[in-house]
Amino acid sequence: MISLTDFLVVSAVLFCIGLYMVVSKHNAIQILIGIELMLNAAILNLVAFGKYDLFNNAGQMFALFAIVLAAATTAVALAIILNVYRQYKTIDPGKVDQLKD
Amino acid sequence: MSLAQVLFYIMSFISLASALFVASTKNLVRSIFMFFITLFALAGLYVLALADFVAITQIVIYVGGILVLILFAFMLSGKETLNAITQQRKAFISLRKIPAILLAALFLIVLVNMIFKVDANNLAWIRRSIEARNDITPSSAMTENIGVSLMTNYLLPFEAISILLMIALVGAAHLSRKGARP
Repeated sequence: MISLTDFLVVSAVLFCIGLYMVVSKHNAIQILIGIELMLNAAILNLVAFGKYDLFNNAGQMFALFAIVLAAATTAVALAIILNVYRQYKTIDPGKVDQLKD
Repeated sequence: MSLAQVLFYIMSFISLASALFVASTKNLVRSIFMFFITLFALAGLYVLALADFVAITQIVIYVGGILVLILFAFMLSGKETLNAITQQRKAFISLRKIPAILLAALFLIVLVNMIFKVDANNLAWIRRSIEARNDITPSSAMTENIGVSLMTNYLLPFEAISILLMIALVGAAHLSRKGARP
């Protein structure tokens, strides 16, 4: 069978790609995609360890909860991005540097 | 090498390669569509970890919900964003990206080093669960198991997350409505 270490390495690489996107991108939507990649790496870890917990089933349950939480996060974050765009005419987080008035 | 291992390597290669493409391309629409492929390959990895219900949920919620939402927000945000995004520098590795690359690479080195030191296959609780036949086999009925434990053990988190989801949706609708703004 597939060993647990393989899953962990794949999710570590995914997490680092997401970290790179969050740090380096100049576009709020791409930063959001980076956060989604990091969340998916965490969910992959949950699922891989949840294989050894049949009775309580905690890993897969919390993977489901994390997916739903990611959906809620994305909805709110996109609404905020739309508002920021309406106010500043840009979605580069480095250029959003003023309060409302 | 069994068939499951071959499939695992194919799926992980597809997901990592498309994630790298998502991170490296400058074209936003192309990176969103490559993100679809990353999510599908990750759903395949969940199936190989014997979590078929989580894989289906991933496809339904992520691909059907989140990505379509991102595309909608992108297309609703007007022509100026598109113009602002398409003006791009041509340099492949610019000097300003080097700190981010360094950070991600060093973090990856630390993580992989730690993973190989931990040796996750021989952890004590995993050995105990295999001895107690507590591990998921390909023939166990996982959807039924998830349904039962969702309504017994995890009823409180389930209700809390449903309330939180409703609050988030109402808040998103409130934040993104037009007009009525002093």
